[in-house]
Amino acid sequence: MFCSAVQGEFGRLKRAERFVLRSSALLQTQKARTCLSEVNLSNKIPNVFRSCLLSCFFLCFSPSLLTSYRYVTVVGKHPRYKIAVFLHICGFGDRVSGPPRFQPLGARALSLTAAQSSAEAPPARADSTFKVTMVPGDGVGPELMTAVKEVFKAGDVPVEFEEFHLSEVQNMASEDKLDQVLTSMKGNRVAIKGKIHTPMEYKGELASYEMRLRRKLDLFANVVHVNSLPGYNTRHNNLDLVIIREQTEGEYSSLEHESVKGVIECLKIITREKSRRIAKFAFDYATKKGRKKVTAVHKANIMKLGDGLFLQSCAEIAELYPKIKYENIIIDNCCMQLVQNPYQFDVLVMPNLYGNIIDNLAAGLVGGAGVVPGESYSAEYAVFETGARHPFAQAVGRNIANPTAMLLSAANMLRHLNLEYHSNMVSEAVKKVIKQGKVRTRDLGGYSTTSDFVRAVVANLRYRPV
Amino acid sequence: MAASSAALSLPKVFRPVLGLGRSGNPAKVWAAAASCRREKSTFVGRIIPPPAKYGGRHTVTLIPGDGIGPELLNHVRELFRFSCVPVDFEVVNVNSSVATEDDIHNAITAIRRNGVALKGNIETNHNMPPSHKSRNNLLRTSLDLFANMMHCQSLPGVQTRHKNIDIIIIRENTEGEYSSLEHESVSGVVESLKIITRYNSLRIADYAFRLAREKGRRRVTAVHKANIMKLADGLFLQCCKEVASGYPDIQFDSMIVDNTTMQLVSKPHQFDVMVMPNLYGNVVSNVCAGLVGGPGLVPGANYGTNYAVFETATRNTGKSIADKNIANPTAMLLASCLMLDHLRLHDYANMIRGAVLTTMNETRLHTADIGGQGTTSEVVQSVMKNIQSGGPLTTEQI
Repeated sequence: MFCSAVQGEFGRLKRAERFVLRSSALLQTQKARTCLSEVNLSNKIPNVFRSCLLSCFFLCFSPSLLTSYRYVTVVGKHPRYKIAVFLHICGFGDRVSGPPRFQPLGARALSLTAAQSSAEAPPARADSTFKVTMVPGDGVGPELMTAVKEVFKAGDVPVEFEEFHLSEVQNMASEDKLDQVLTSMKGNRVAIKGKIHTPMEYKGELASYEMRLRRKLDLFANVVHVNSLPGYNTRHNNLDLVIIREQTEGEYSSLEHESVKGVIECLKIITREKSRRIAKFAFDYATKKGRKKVTAVHKANIMKLGDGLFLQSCAEIAELYPKIKYENIIIDNCCMQLVQNPYQFDVLVMPNLYGNIIDNLAAGLVGGAGVVPGESYSAEYAVFETGARHPFAQAVGRNIANPTAMLLSAANMLRHLNLEYHSNMVSEAVKKVIKQGKVRTRDLGGYSTTSDFVRAVVANLRYRPV
Repeated sequence: MAASSAALSLPKVFRPVLGLGRSGNPAKVWAAAASCRREKSTFVGRIIPPPAKYGGRHTVTLIPGDGIGPELLNHVRELFRFSCVPVDFEVVNVNSSVATEDDIHNAITAIRRNGVALKGNIETNHNMPPSHKSRNNLLRTSLDLFANMMHCQSLPGVQTRHKNIDIIIIRENTEGEYSSLEHESVSGVVESLKIITRYNSLRIADYAFRLAREKGRRRVTAVHKANIMKLADGLFLQCCKEVASGYPDIQFDSMIVDNTTMQLVSKPHQFDVMVMPNLYGNVVSNVCAGLVGGPGLVPGANYGTNYAVFETATRNTGKSIADKNIANPTAMLLASCLMLDHLRLHDYANMIRGAVLTTMNETRLHTADIGGQGTTSEVVQSVMKNIQSGGPLTTEQI
């Protein structure tokens, strides 16, 4: 708690001062040893002062730190003042001149009107931390999550993760584990998730853990916002389309059987209720984001009843949204149009399997699985993940995965949590790094590593365009 | 939520009705009821989709309306943003000066999509031709928001003539005098039709008793003018009596509307829950709002089977005090709390409501309409400060 409060304060401080704070705060939480190994002494601090600091670390375990760190904001750039702060921390605080100016602990900006009301802004309302369930999954998932955590830490984002390792391939999946994730989700309502790899061979269970989690949480809507990244050129630039996919029924029903030897029936289920629900989701999403057109993707010329029902449900719902244009297109044509002239689409809504294919296709249009964020929604829960869900197992441990998708997804998560400011901070930093083009991972044609990229993002966090 | 289930149980109410002996002349009442069954403009046969709630976030239609509506609703949005309430607003503007009804139909479709709306009052221009219907009324009738509920409760911090008033007023919202059926049958003679139907009367009475039971109230008073309008108000009264027989734990009595207003201003404490047809409801709710401190304090809610619209109880536009930063935001803030309750975001509702009441009763930061010096934004800021001092609402508490 104290730590997060201090971190909230960091944004306002100069680097050297921040350093003082971080060390003292960590000491407070009895993590002195780990802290000292992590400390990266800033070059701006004079050598003498630096050694002074190190010796002081061992002295300043006292609770007076709790209050004294606030005084740091008074301090100017002059080294004398820095030492004065330190003297204060060490218990000689009386020598610090000037009236103490108490700053709010909160990390979130108050509203404009509220800020006008008083010179001494009260502590911000949401200085609390939001808890989020984290399921790193397989492949590069854990590496991407580390990237997210690093960026959040550097950006003082008030989010706390509850981590659950769920993996089918590493024998870390069990009903028990799944229940733990579900319980955590019930409380937190928001999760960030990597791909849980599903082995192809049949081991007696048709539904994968990924699917079971999705069904248990009723995550019916998957949204992938395919947006070209400025600065990275692909065949089509300035793409901006949203793909909404039903992901609880259709071909993913896990209902397969061998009716006669050598004949397998795989059931594709389309229900009116779920089709209407996803259609309404698509139109609601379009309304909320100010989109103009919704296109339903189907194959009703072949599956006249199944996809026909889907199409009919979409048309019914479309009547409720007179301001949004409604069209439909057959899946094969849609694929061709997407690679030929993707600009004609705005919001696409489709059943499960088509969605899977189109998600990947569209992600490929703007740079691949590493750059497109995705999210899944039910009425109650929201899960943030990458747009094209691949574990990318061949890259594990090689430090080459592109964390862009996961970071952008994390930024979307922050927006969902009402942390607008932090969300913009993270997404702008990522976009800026891509736009500058100096640091790029291999999939975007660069030579940088994942950690290089994360460092570049962290460096860009605070310098927002004016 | 009571509203959503109210209409479902109606058949249960109908059954005992047929067997009961009725006072007056049953044949005539029946005839009246049958002939007055009005063609509803509700979407018969059209689908009612689930409300827009995804990932725990709700979408709510916001109709700013005229007068003080836009500024008050901006404060609500600001407060919601500040309190991290998981509600997104879809703003639908309705221009009251245009003759076409496109705007209001847009708004109505928007409410059909989202299920819930928060609304400022839309001005009705009297000088427009008679075909120009009240937008507010149109919205209520086409969404079939049959029950208007307001809870008049004295605030300890506000100086009024009567203390400790606690009255719930339930008003039929879709028919009666507001039927918009008027015509000049002979030159110089205008007939304005007041419509009372058995269906709507039973349903509003059932809603009233259901609410009374839910809130632990003891008495329901039906307000009528059955001594003059023997058939119309007689039917309403009859329906109330029939429903009352199904709620033996709640006392039922009736009172004539003129007497009611007199009693309200002299001895308001005798009332508990009141149920009445449309126009009487309008009058009585304004009287009651006046009793507890004026139009700026009391929130109101309109419930239908599928939709709910929240606004201030007295539905005034307040054109004269618009854009002066002096309007009392309490009513609208409390209405937004009712909305949060409806969305089952009870923690947020209680947090905001608590902060608003603290500002009113303990901080005593009042706007000019209740004798204070504060401005609208000062009150809202004070509410924000109160929310802050209550500590952060972490995800664990939700």
